[in-house]
Amino acid sequence: MSSPRGEAILRAAGLAKSFGATRALSNVELGIYAGEVHALLGENGAGKSTLLKILAGAQSPDEGSLELFGQPYRPRDPEQARELGVAYVAQEPAICADLSVEENILLATLPARFGFVDRRTAARRARAALEQVFPEGASVPALARPVRELGQGDRQLVCLARALAHENCKVLILDEPTSTLNSRETERLFAVVRGLTARGIAVLYVSHFLEEVERIAQRYTVLRDGQFVHSAELAATTRSELVQLMAGRQVAELFPRSARTPGEIVLELSELAGEKLPISASLALRRGEVLGIAGLLGAGRTELLRAIFGLNRVKSGTLQVKAVLGPASPAHRLAQGVGLLSEDRKGEGLAESLSIGDNIVLSKLESLGRFGFVSPKKRTDVARSYLQRLGIRARGPDQLARDLSGGNQQKVCFSRLLQHGADVLLLDEPTRGVDVGSRADLYRIIDQLAARGNAILMVSSYLPELIGVCDRVSVMVRGKLGRARPVSELSEHALLLEATG
Amino acid sequence: MNDLRRWLRAPWFGPLLALGLLYALFAALAPDTFARSANLLTMLRQTAVTGVASVGMTLIIVLGGIDLSVGSAVALVTVVVAECLRSGMNPLPAAICGIFAGGALGLFNGALVTGLKISPFIVTLGTMSVLRGAAKGIADEQKIDADPHGIDHLMQTHGHLLGVPPGVWLMLASSVFGVVLLEYAKIGRQIVAVGSNAETARLCGISIPKTTLFVYTLAGLFVGLAGLLEFSTLTVGDPTDSVGLELDVIAAVVIGGGSLAGGQGSAAGALAGALLLTVIKAGCTHLGLPNWVQEIFTGFIIVIAMSIDKLRQRAR
Repeated sequence: MSSPRGEAILRAAGLAKSFGATRALSNVELGIYAGEVHALLGENGAGKSTLLKILAGAQSPDEGSLELFGQPYRPRDPEQARELGVAYVAQEPAICADLSVEENILLATLPARFGFVDRRTAARRARAALEQVFPEGASVPALARPVRELGQGDRQLVCLARALAHENCKVLILDEPTSTLNSRETERLFAVVRGLTARGIAVLYVSHFLEEVERIAQRYTVLRDGQFVHSAELAATTRSELVQLMAGRQVAELFPRSARTPGEIVLELSELAGEKLPISASLALRRGEVLGIAGLLGAGRTELLRAIFGLNRVKSGTLQVKAVLGPASPAHRLAQGVGLLSEDRKGEGLAESLSIGDNIVLSKLESLGRFGFVSPKKRTDVARSYLQRLGIRARGPDQLARDLSGGNQQKVCFSRLLQHGADVLLLDEPTRGVDVGSRADLYRIIDQLAARGNAILMVSSYLPELIGVCDRVSVMVRGKLGRARPVSELSEHALLLEATG
Repeated sequence: MNDLRRWLRAPWFGPLLALGLLYALFAALAPDTFARSANLLTMLRQTAVTGVASVGMTLIIVLGGIDLSVGSAVALVTVVVAECLRSGMNPLPAAICGIFAGGALGLFNGALVTGLKISPFIVTLGTMSVLRGAAKGIADEQKIDADPHGIDHLMQTHGHLLGVPPGVWLMLASSVFGVVLLEYAKIGRQIVAVGSNAETARLCGISIPKTTLFVYTLAGLFVGLAGLLEFSTLTVGDPTDSVGLELDVIAAVVIGGGSLAGGQGSAAGALAGALLLTVIKAGCTHLGLPNWVQEIFTGFIIVIAMSIDKLRQRAR
């Protein structure tokens, strides 16, 4: 890797990190230069988060060297990393909602005299930091305001201000900074980032949105399966080359597509509105098809699935599942053959402390014995058949769900829906936190289910996946669901434009 | 205008308002007995132990913890003070021994919570039993009679400023200390930070174990002071005393705006909450209502206070 502008500020070579038997990183290289925005690219599970945590001082590498300004860099914790000049802003704004804006910015270095907070110095320093991140003319939140009253975008900027409150901030790490922002807030953030690089600060920028990356970054590094793949100037690389570097295979191979024949309509919505979100959603889902829903985080996609499944109240509009008109409880939906795969696998999808077998049969225990008893043998048999059918890598049906990798956990969740006999599947971010290998398996499972006449409604933030798996896709923008169009008429670019519009 | 709104939003405003209303209600129903200033003084004295302990509990709850061992610890402290006096110690060193015994018990709780990484609910459920047993063991399962050598003056009215016993002044001072610590001291803001989002606090270089140890030890010192006041009231060391006191203390903190999820709580609110509980008890007694009515009434007040607070939070 030749340097574009002299020596790198931050350089990593031969980094490796393992968690138990899982090798999260091996032989990773990275060089970041003053005044550049350097994009770190890779799919979920590629090792980006681990690398960021190592750079930010939250974890230490097993092997390899790190240098900051030519000196060995081994921060013992995030606070020391910040003192040395490397600040990290996490994807989810790390804030204390009960504290004020000022206190959140200065949390690490609250100025004090005789143990009492020095309000005047604190206000001055917090204001100075805030002014760096709020572009001129923007309304800056009052310093004394509790952060719980701020919106997502402002919270993000408060975190950014915290990173910059250390005067010698030289490297700023931004992890998916725009995933919770709307387009106006994104533009504001970009303006801030450009201002920082103009002052010589190097920014390491992680994002899934290639569109964004091409606008803001100059160079990139791609990781795949925990390994360094490539690093170069963005101007010299096309979008499809980037996608191929990240995915490591032609997109067509990843997404198998059997012959699907659309049958009768099994789910029909008309002007459906929930308590807050969605505002208006109309769609018709047929047997044998996969309908995708694209959109930004917070657009109301999850709320739509929850409203269909009866977890959220329906305020107005009509909703018909097969022959049944109107809203119903989750138990009734299950009885009608509707299954929901939650985006929150740990919170809602799995009973982590139960075994794989228990998880798979959980929603249909009555099929496993008589008089209210559950036959352990039947449970084991059922679980074993799914382990084989879906390629779940586990020691056996009795292994606890929490010990599985994300991809295998998701396959267990799928197994439960199948075991229940659901034929209308509502999938919410089915491949979130799933490694590439398992993801290919999940795509294959979804394809087979559709080919066998199941109806699938799938929410995803990962556009290549929507285009690869779905027959039609609609975009949800601020609670309103757009018209579904065949994927042959769609591109990632068009979906992204519509979603951020 | 803005100041007024800030006052209305303050966590102690609700309980203070409820306190005023209930006091007015009972004063109207029993003007001859309840409304007398002597009764006001009695109620303040009856609140002192709960009030002092609630300052420590506020710190713990703001941190996101809980302490169920308060009642047992208070009983143990009365035993320690009585034993000290009986062994011929002067009253001041005996009192200090009692307070520091409380601090040591708090440190013990804090060390178990940080060292074993067990939830404070479980840890203090255990120490609740351990301390009760220890108190009974030290006292040989009997009340310990000892000449209080003037410690009883802490809770007596005659011969003191405005006729208010020193114990009540100590309660007010503890409360002011708690407010200043949580609102203005650096460590106080760090306690709020940990209770609000421990992970963020850790990433910002705040040591969770150190903060936890500090909070439980300080809270223990307040429990020690509460135990001293309890001894002053009883004038004996009683290992079976104060069973269930912790529930009153927790109720006072929660009525006063504390959130069991951490990050929120006010020492001033907790004092208002403690007074509220006393007013209900005293008011019912003055109206001649039996004990069981008081208990039902107290329970409802706690639940109602919580639901009003929830509505207020949602309105924000």
